Amino acid sequence: MSRPLCIAITAMGGQGGGVLADWIVDLAEHAGWTAQSTSVPGVAQRTGATIYYVEIINQPGAILALMPVPGDVDIVIAAELMEAGRAIQRGLVTPNRTTLIASTHRALSMAEKIKPGDGTAPSPPILEAAALAAHRLLAADMQEAAERAGSVISAALFGALAASAALPFPREAFEQTIRRAGLGVEPSLRAFAAGHDSVTAPPPAPVTPATPPQHIAGPDAEQRAYASALARLTDFPEPAREMLTHGLRRTADYQDAAYAHEYLDRVAGFTSDPTLATEAARWIAVAMAYDDPIRVADLKTRPTRTTRLHTEIAATPAQVIETTEFMHPRVDELLATLPAKLGARLERSPLARRLLKTAFERPRRVRTNTLWGFLQLWLVARLRPRRRTLLRHAREMAHIEAWLATVRAHATNPALAAELLACRRLVKGYSDTHSRGTAKFDQVLTALPLIAHRKDAAAWIRRLREAALADEHGTILAGAIATIRTLDPEPAHA
Amino acid sequence: MAERSFAREVQDLRLGAGETFRGEGILAVTKALLQSGVGYVAGYQGAPISHLMDVLADAQDILGELGVHFEHSASEAAAAATLAASVNYPIRGAVTWKSTAGTNVACDALSNLASGGVLGGALIVIGEDYGEGSSIMQERTHAFAMKSQIWLMDPRPNLPSIVAAVEHGFALSEASNTPVMLQLRIRACHVHGSFAASDNRKPAFPLAQALENPVRDPMRIVLPPASYLHEQEKIKTRWPNAVRYIREHGLNETFDGDITELGIITQGGMYNGVLRALHGLGLATIDGTTRIPIHVLNVTYPLVDEDLAAFCATKRAVLMVEEGQPEFLEQALNTILRRADIQTRIAGKDALPMAGEYTAQVLSDGMCAFLTKHAPDLPLAQPPDPRPLLAQPTIAALAQAVPPRPPSFCTGCPERPIFAAMKLVQQELGPHHITGDIGCHLFALNEPFNIGSSTMGYGLGSASASAFQVPPQPGKTSKRALSVMGDGGFWHNGLVNGIGNAVYNRHDSVTVIVDNHYSAATGGQDLLSSRAEPQGRSTNHPIEDAVRGVGATWVRRIDRTYDVAKLRDTLREALTTKDAGPKFVIASSECMLNRQRRERPLFAAAVKKGERMVKPRFGVDEDVCTGDHACIRLSGCPSLSTKPSNDPLKPDPVAAIDQSCVGCGNCGEVAEAAVLCPSFYRADIIHNPTWWDRTLAALRARAITWLQARRSARVLAVS
Repeated sequence: MSRPLCIAITAMGGQGGGVLADWIVDLAEHAGWTAQSTSVPGVAQRTGATIYYVEIINQPGAILALMPVPGDVDIVIAAELMEAGRAIQRGLVTPNRTTLIASTHRALSMAEKIKPGDGTAPSPPILEAAALAAHRLLAADMQEAAERAGSVISAALFGALAASAALPFPREAFEQTIRRAGLGVEPSLRAFAAGHDSVTAPPPAPVTPATPPQHIAGPDAEQRAYASALARLTDFPEPAREMLTHGLRRTADYQDAAYAHEYLDRVAGFTSDPTLATEAARWIAVAMAYDDPIRVADLKTRPTRTTRLHTEIAATPAQVIETTEFMHPRVDELLATLPAKLGARLERSPLARRLLKTAFERPRRVRTNTLWGFLQLWLVARLRPRRRTLLRHAREMAHIEAWLATVRAHATNPALAAELLACRRLVKGYSDTHSRGTAKFDQVLTALPLIAHRKDAAAWIRRLREAALADEHGTILAGAIATIRTLDPEPAHA
Repeated sequence: MAERSFAREVQDLRLGAGETFRGEGILAVTKALLQSGVGYVAGYQGAPISHLMDVLADAQDILGELGVHFEHSASEAAAAATLAASVNYPIRGAVTWKSTAGTNVACDALSNLASGGVLGGALIVIGEDYGEGSSIMQERTHAFAMKSQIWLMDPRPNLPSIVAAVEHGFALSEASNTPVMLQLRIRACHVHGSFAASDNRKPAFPLAQALENPVRDPMRIVLPPASYLHEQEKIKTRWPNAVRYIREHGLNETFDGDITELGIITQGGMYNGVLRALHGLGLATIDGTTRIPIHVLNVTYPLVDEDLAAFCATKRAVLMVEEGQPEFLEQALNTILRRADIQTRIAGKDALPMAGEYTAQVLSDGMCAFLTKHAPDLPLAQPPDPRPLLAQPTIAALAQAVPPRPPSFCTGCPERPIFAAMKLVQQELGPHHITGDIGCHLFALNEPFNIGSSTMGYGLGSASASAFQVPPQPGKTSKRALSVMGDGGFWHNGLVNGIGNAVYNRHDSVTVIVDNHYSAATGGQDLLSSRAEPQGRSTNHPIEDAVRGVGATWVRRIDRTYDVAKLRDTLREALTTKDAGPKFVIASSECMLNRQRRERPLFAAAVKKGERMVKPRFGVDEDVCTGDHACIRLSGCPSLSTKPSNDPLKPDPVAAIDQSCVGCGNCGEVAEAAVLCPSFYRADIIHNPTWWDRTLAALRARAITWLQARRSARVLAVS
């Protein structure tokens, strides 16, 4: 042979890249080949990106390299999609020779996870680059395949490697290697088969997630009132109806059918433009279904929640599950859950606040599988019919009305109005997170007079919203607002 | 207990003549030490040489049979001092550490050792932590070798060459009365290969014999006038003896080629890379045949002037392949040729870059530059070059599309809550100057914690806040400096240079000692304060006792770091108390990686046996989560990630906990302490529930179902 077969494995520390390299070495050596592998794990073994490199040759005494030569790698195995991207960036994947075997699943990096908004790096650019750079691309979600088999991704990748036929060894030789290693053999072989099939079998036809049928429960009168709300959808522009359906579900589920009608009344003020109507349908629903202790208690005591929890933690019917909720209600939440007048009066009294704080405010761990724990949340959820009389509701409604008044004032510029509606995305979370979100929302709206007259006002509001979602402390938002202050005045929008 | 078990590798240490050893480079070194009749081995663990220590720690019985003493030194300084046993007695000894970090620590002993010289072979196995995968400053051990006149071997990176270097290293040391460093780069330490084993040898001169018949020679001790004589001896005797040994045993190798007017001189460790680059240019084959002659320096210090002059004399131009800077070898080669009045052109750092790792691409480019300049008519093959592809917009766009992935804390790591607490306390008291140390806790430097302004060395976190002692101004609250130190660093250096220093100088700062029961970053080796009871070691010596023992009085110990609220309150107290003097917070919980390794098999076995076992796991209610990710910014756990929300009204991804969760509880504690949100829940999964568990669960479920049905009848639910 004039050159060895060169194999690079790119992975995250802890994914078993070293095991995979060892298997390849063992596979080759058992076939009478010479194999050499190297790695640079170091601190990268603590969840960082790392690389393993193997050369195999059917010739004794060859001088093998200790690191991949860019442009000269036969097989690249990437244990995660972004690690495939990194391998391509390093020049390890080239159209002249490289078979790229990539798991398409994502393990999000810290930078992606910590954004207050959506920081997830999109996958298509990586797949596009992979298709361009690889001689042959075998891509599938190997993590899912491994998990289904009750094993780890290295076994699934080894299966995909066998399926690629890029190494001159039969499938049985691969399986023998796993058996020789002797650890978790059966699950590994299942994952191996799953990985093998994931790149050979034609991909399953994409299932279009059909909107699940509405499941409605409750008193007849309520159900009838809800049906009449659904009937009102025809009053709205067609493009907004899907979002309105979601909004109706949410508001009715949050409070009652009358609330759903109120929702439609609010959205009705923004039907001049289809985009505006859709945004109104989305964000008014979000604002009306604000997150309060009643909602949390309601969601956590539903039968559907029990089912979902069991699926998520993959419990078998033979196991018993006990659940504990982590709550830390503050005096503010307590007062906001009191009747409006009483709550407001107590809020004004520093003494009452202090006393209540001492008596009430502490972390609470509620064991919701017990009757007493469940009952506590169930009773909070029972406050739902009285929600309209509570202090928090009064405040939220005032906030919504002020916001919608601002939007209405700019209704002549539907694009701007739609952007102002979408700013509601900034208000989310509970306690401090909620206050911080509200502060950002207010900051963006305060900047409105500075740009409302501009032709590109809508774009500016969008930019400000994106800036607000880009970091925790609002530094980027403050910078963006400072930029606005330096803008040249522009002739008013005609 | 190290992070992984080396039971199989230990068996490989027993291989004898006629058998083949297959395994990692650093384990081949371990085997070669035993084949060379080593009498004692010491060292300090750290990538890439941790496995040498870990395997020997698991091989107590083999060491016992051979009469070899092995120990985990408290630091590289202690390891280097261990070599004193070879000063007066013909005992072979080996020590090991990661360099240059460890060599820095060892220098005091190394200088003294090198000055007086050795009688028995003294071998220092250096893991050169340079280039990709390195965790330390990018420096060369070569400088240390030169300043102390310690010989430096840099063998070709294959197992037979590495094993031969160990055996020759001892002999060279004995022939020249000089300690020898055997330098192995990261990839060479981890390279898998094979070599023909030979039998292990018992040390020729047992340690007991030395104790029974002590020998002393004041002339071997660094004290005037002996120290002046040592310098002369190094130059006049030891150096020539070393050169003679290297020549007589052909430690450096020359591979001839037909293009005799050119040549390449390379460090042994770079040989495979050089050959592959030549292969790409069509000037070498994979079996090692080269068209350009190559002189391989398996010993890079001292150089053999005559051999180098002879290699260069007949050539028009020679390329020196020398990784790292400054270019000591190239400078030396130029001097050698100048003195011999040889006019051969020397290329080196003009063709190859001065700084950075010599990767395949770098070597190929350098070789090309050298050949185009000095042999423009030589036809070259087109080496593989991905750069045109990388320049295409779709590929170039990956620079923005691929997020970086630096190493971070593991799932369930007990250190994460410490930094969550620091983040919370800074939200209250404002940002503080925080000094870091060496260890896993240094990962706090990155997202999501962004904590730490400096790191000065192992165990030096506290000492690096020494200058920040500002007397409090009347009527003003002043901020205190905050330092982090791990238990590894504490026992390596920190007790004296951190704690003792702060007590003696009456510092006013706060030091957090992160006690995870192991030297975790280097692979989970035991320490004085470890809770395990490893054979042949004395452990369970609490850090708190040591801290109080050197005079500290303000000491708080927290035995469960996952208690974020308590940690935050303790840190607040330490940072604001009126008490004078240094404050120490010892935050203690077992490294999760090691804990899982210990507990997981026991748990699985118990479940299999049908015992009632409870496994906690955490989850997030996706309809309660609002997608702000504040929890992730305070946790950073790999198992806590985000997933697309199923809710069309919620465009931002929601938090989600994956199957890798070990149920440490940090996310729940953080949500509680920071008053984040009520979406976290803990699910205790009861394996093999008892009759009572099942009955109680069924009764509860009935009552709960009744309550749920009652509500469904009264209020609308639309899903």
